[in-house]
Amino acid sequence: MNGGKQQANPGLPGSLETNRRLDRWLKIGRDGTVTIYPGKVEIGQGILTALAQIAAEELDVALERVQVAVASTSHSPDEGTTSGSRSIEESGVALRFAAAEAREILLARAAERLGTTIEQLAVADGVITARSGGSIAYWELAGEDLIAREATAGVKPKSPAEHRIVGQTAKRRDIPAKVAGAPAYVQDLALPGMRYGRVVRPPSYQARLASFDERETRALPGVVAVVRDGSFLGAVAAREEQAIRAARALWRSASWNEASTKLPASGIHAFLLNAPAQDTVISEKVDAKARSRAARSLEATYTRPFIAHASIGPSCAVAQLVDGRYTVWTHSQGIFPLRRDLAKALGVAEERITVIHAEGAGCYGHNGADDAALDAALLARAAPGRPVQVQWMREDEFAWEPYGSAMVVKLGAALDGAGSIVNWRHDVWSHPHSARPGRSGGANLLAGWHLARPLNAAPPRDVPQPAGGSDRNAIPLYDFPNQRVAKHVVTEMPLRVSSLRSLGAHANVFAIESFMDELAAASGVDPLEFRLRHLKDPRARAVIDAAAQAAGWQAGQRGDGVRGRGVGFARYKNLGCYVAVVAEVAVEHEVRVTRAWAAVDAGLVINPGGLVNQIEGGILQAISWTLKEEVRFDRERVTTRSWDDYPILTFAEAPPVEVVLINRPDETAKGAGEGAQGPTAAAIGNALCHALGTRVRDLPITRERVIGAL
Amino acid sequence: MAETFTLNVNGASRRVTVEPETPLLYVLRNDLSLKGARFGCGLGQCGACTVIIDGAAVQSCDVPVSAVGDRAITTIEGISTPGKPHPLQQAFVDEQAAQCGYCATGIIMSAKALLDRDPAADEAAIRAALAKNLCRCGTHNRILRAIRRAQRELQR
Ligand code: FES
Ligand code: FES
Repeated sequence: MNGGKQQANPGLPGSLETNRRLDRWLKIGRDGTVTIYPGKVEIGQGILTALAQIAAEELDVALERVQVAVASTSHSPDEGTTSGSRSIEESGVALRFAAAEAREILLARAAERLGTTIEQLAVADGVITARSGGSIAYWELAGEDLIAREATAGVKPKSPAEHRIVGQTAKRRDIPAKVAGAPAYVQDLALPGMRYGRVVRPPSYQARLASFDERETRALPGVVAVVRDGSFLGAVAAREEQAIRAARALWRSASWNEASTKLPASGIHAFLLNAPAQDTVISEKVDAKARSRAARSLEATYTRPFIAHASIGPSCAVAQLVDGRYTVWTHSQGIFPLRRDLAKALGVAEERITVIHAEGAGCYGHNGADDAALDAALLARAAPGRPVQVQWMREDEFAWEPYGSAMVVKLGAALDGAGSIVNWRHDVWSHPHSARPGRSGGANLLAGWHLARPLNAAPPRDVPQPAGGSDRNAIPLYDFPNQRVAKHVVTEMPLRVSSLRSLGAHANVFAIESFMDELAAASGVDPLEFRLRHLKDPRARAVIDAAAQAAGWQAGQRGDGVRGRGVGFARYKNLGCYVAVVAEVAVEHEVRVTRAWAAVDAGLVINPGGLVNQIEGGILQAISWTLKEEVRFDRERVTTRSWDDYPILTFAEAPPVEVVLINRPDETAKGAGEGAQGPTAAAIGNALCHALGTRVRDLPITRERVIGAL
Repeated sequence: MAETFTLNVNGASRRVTVEPETPLLYVLRNDLSLKGARFGCGLGQCGACTVIIDGAAVQSCDVPVSAVGDRAITTIEGISTPGKPHPLQQAFVDEQAAQCGYCATGIIMSAKALLDRDPAADEAAIRAALAKNLCRCGTHNRILRAIRRAQRELQR
């Protein structure tokens, strides 16, 4: 692919494999534009700008000419979900090959028309010129439907040395309108005749609606419908505040049977360790000779709580039912998988549903977006012909979104007399992290579980190695002669769980990289040096070195009881970008991160500015997770309902972050949106220990935890 | 019962007929089609809905329309002139101070209220003025840089 590297798989590259028509990916317009049709969607990560850069590069047109079509099941290629930092590898690679091939086809046609050969042609901003004179623009060939054919991927894209647009910072095209306050999100859609809907959720997971009284609600101004289907309850009104008031009235009138399920309020980690689990050894290395050198051994247990996506904009969708056909506007990360589950829940054929992507606020994984789409469709049935917008309230989002799983990681290691690790053991207990819509065996949409004829939840899926889900990054990148890595997957969780940015990698890397520091300390070796001792991969070593250099790391420097520094490293999924983070903390009233540095190798860099933005954001979010965040619940209910219950990093607390990029033009371009989560968490824990000599192994690292550890 | 209110929005007088307790946010967004104040929590906790009322940054989700009276409401749509973004908006573009951008308009309004009042506000004052604005994407540093850039521009 890049630099002539061949993939083992003989299929077409990236998402071209599953979407082979060239004109599914791009169209040349008579008006001098190129429209690309990625199936991946914008979730605040700037992907559409990077994809436009790729297409402009291969076609030799100015970036400004490239327009990005809104993803819709009516015309977009099915690229599954926008997740796992895979968009550049899947959509980007498909577009790169499709655009290179389209260019060649256009050139071939131009050669015919100009009576010359392709070799005699040059392209500048879409204008094809022959050496012998004469020229034709792409736009003049637009009417000929030249690219209405199957891709062969037979045309080699440009080599990195030829890149003029890829590798340059391109400004995000969506920002001017967003900061102008223009309608930009699904929350801002205002369709003619639109009604407003709100859903009344049960008070707790297992609660069932016993009775309610709709008379008072129906008498309220503006109420046009009350909808009840099993335990799904909602209202539609002419105005938004009327819908909210109607939902509150319904709530007051309703009584629920709250089943006797008892949540393990104080003991989620004990729950994980004791729940029925599928146990799998995912990596094993044996070297008896090395093992026999073991001089001492260490063990430690690390945990993380449930973490919320906590998008700033609660989930929202608009749906309209006209003549038995649904149109749904959604900020889902996967319009096709969502459509599959909507079809099951609504009892109609997929062809009767069109799902159109509309941006939401940043999602960081699977939040309530898909659920809101079903809510809107169910309420739209009660107002046929009318678009109905359903906006989740803040408490709906906090209480009902699928969280990032709580996890337990137990590590053990043996050191030889020279301070080398000769044995390593990693056990992780976790949910599989992935319960998105679109799977067989059920439907993963919240309202579907509450209907009178309820749908089953589809079984969660653990992403297999090498990417991994619960065990993402559980296999260390370090070279140990003996190792055994096992996952213990718990599929029945007391709280709703699905994909949160980086899946299991956050806790696995937090644990591995914390433990590396513990082992370094036990060996009396500087933590940086200790890592490099066990690490052969030159790209890994390079990011660690670069982060250390940016931070002015001094080997052997001691923390002073208030301030300290720590490092954390991982190669995301062991296949993606390499990220090393150095964090500096100050322990005052709370633990505060005062500065952070990161070095990133994401292979070929498409949009450096965009990449830095993603890493900076990932680090600040990871600081927030690490120091502050925990979803709370008691024996019956999730009690996290508002920002007061779930504080996140504030402007007063955000430290400066410096990011160093290592561009590798000959390596495959990788996404980097998730690469910093684990390294940041570990760097903070290590910095705290450097400052105080005390380690906190349970996230979040709060003041109480630090005091407890002292 | 719905009542008619005359609001002073972005220098124009706008009449709306709504129930008095309707949050100003919904009036702006749904009656006046000013979608730049975003809904984030409805609880006065996140700042996504921030507008300026008589010079002060206010969470419009937390203000009933009946409490506004004839005070001057400025929304994000009212700080630019056609084709010419406000220096804060331009600085957000220049610094690429957005990931999802959902928080941006509210933050710009908080920052504007501060800089109008205290053009030389220092870093700590800027951070303090954003105490009621949350950003979940971790764009804080770029946002702070953008505000300082706009501040320099405004002082020229
Ligand atoms: S929406 Fe008004 S403060 Fe959050
Ligand atoms: S940029 Fe997404 S919340 Fe701030």
